[in-house]
Amino acid sequence: MSTLDIKQVSKQFGDKQILNKLDLEVHEGEFVALLGPSGSGKSTIFHMIGGLFTPDEGSIYIDNKEITGKRGSISYMPQTPSLFPWRTILDNVLLSQEINGKPDKQKAIKMLERAGLIDYQHAFPHQLSGGMRQRVAFVRSLLSPQSFICLDEPFSALDELTRLDMQNWLLSIWEEERPSVLFVTHNIEEAIYLSDRIVVLGEQEKRIIHEQEVPFKRPRKESITLTEEFLASKKNIYKKLRRISHV
Amino acid sequence: MIKRVTSPVLLIMFMIVLWEVSTRVLEIPKWILPAPTNILLEAYENWSNYEHHIYATVKLATIGFFASITIGFVIAMILHLLPKWKEALYPLLIVSQNIPIIVLAPLLVIWFGFGITPKLLIIILVCFFPIAVATIDGLKQTSPELIHYMKMAGANKKQIFLKLELPYALPAIFSGLKISATYSVMGAVISEWLGANEGIGVYMTLASSSFRTDRVFVAILFIMLLCFVYFTIILLLERHFLKWRREEHQ
Repeated sequence: MSTLDIKQVSKQFGDKQILNKLDLEVHEGEFVALLGPSGSGKSTIFHMIGGLFTPDEGSIYIDNKEITGKRGSISYMPQTPSLFPWRTILDNVLLSQEINGKPDKQKAIKMLERAGLIDYQHAFPHQLSGGMRQRVAFVRSLLSPQSFICLDEPFSALDELTRLDMQNWLLSIWEEERPSVLFVTHNIEEAIYLSDRIVVLGEQEKRIIHEQEVPFKRPRKESITLTEEFLASKKNIYKKLRRISHV
Repeated sequence: MIKRVTSPVLLIMFMIVLWEVSTRVLEIPKWILPAPTNILLEAYENWSNYEHHIYATVKLATIGFFASITIGFVIAMILHLLPKWKEALYPLLIVSQNIPIIVLAPLLVIWFGFGITPKLLIIILVCFFPIAVATIDGLKQTSPELIHYMKMAGANKKQIFLKLELPYALPAIFSGLKISATYSVMGAVISEWLGANEGIGVYMTLASSSFRTDRVFVAILFIMLLCFVYFTIILLLERHFLKWRREEHQ
């Protein structure tokens, strides 16, 4: 049970306006992809939800409770796995629980099992491949007691093939658990393939300029990425991002 | 592992043999340079005469070392957690290392008498610095990426320190400990020169003033042995606590 509601949030760093009256909502159990060119303020949005920055104006709500400027209300998965090298995989996934209360080992082991990582529970992060480490980071965020998950371009550092594997893996886990997710990416295909709804952040407007539902049913198969419908969605978003009125 | 040990051992053996042969061939008097066999014989035969000196030094060095760890650590923590204090305190720390111990030692005796206090102060002065500096640097080097994660995950300052910064600084802290461990024995011996009634430092002074050069070398031998033992203990602890790191480098 968790929702996110960002209302009329503005943020300025010095003279530079980063966000201007941004509105953004994520409903219960929804997977929303936030698309935007780099430098459009995607990370700033995350930092404000995470409570690292306080917005100049506006408020942020999780489960209808105001969390503006308050830390620790979301579960977070960064761009890099950010695992602690001296902790085993099991201890790493327990970290988010340790920070916010009591660790539940049984639950962690169960989740590692489901994620296909159980054989590595006593291994150290450096013994795993890049993709595996990202899986561990995702399991850690799933185990976090906060149920709203923010994913910050989690696959951007992976090679194309690993990325595809990871997307499928993420879908399979997500479709079982169905947490509410805000997923930041600059990859249009990834956004369509994974999410229920896509919102596009305008570089000049500093707010959401476009929103569209993703028509594909779940569980999704990789084959949908080759359909006409997928391509049409992609074209539409591409136009909005590049500000082309007709292609 | 065996290979790593062989080459230094071979070198030391070679030097000892050279030493032994040259003292015999050149007929160097014992009070100028005794042969290694003389030294070992003296060490073996008179063990009961100097045994208590060694215990005294071990005790002093150990207490001093633990006091230095505590103080070095506390200073590092203060400087790390209170950056404003760092500006004021850091130059002072460096200055403390520039005071010649030889000059300071008699002063400490005037101020604190012949008890254990001035001796401990000397050891602390010599040993806290490597620990403090290594700890400060280690804490400072914490990966910003991981700090960012901790903040986003809602960790407070204490959690960030205990769960992230401290373990992250551990390799650096161990480097500092290794340096200080060896210094602590030297510090103890120097402090015993001040005026103690037992300790390797006392034994050494007595030996050199009575031209028992062989006993001076016995003292040196035990100082080296003690340093080696301290160093090894820290090394073993390091291996135990930084197991993940050793595996990473393999």
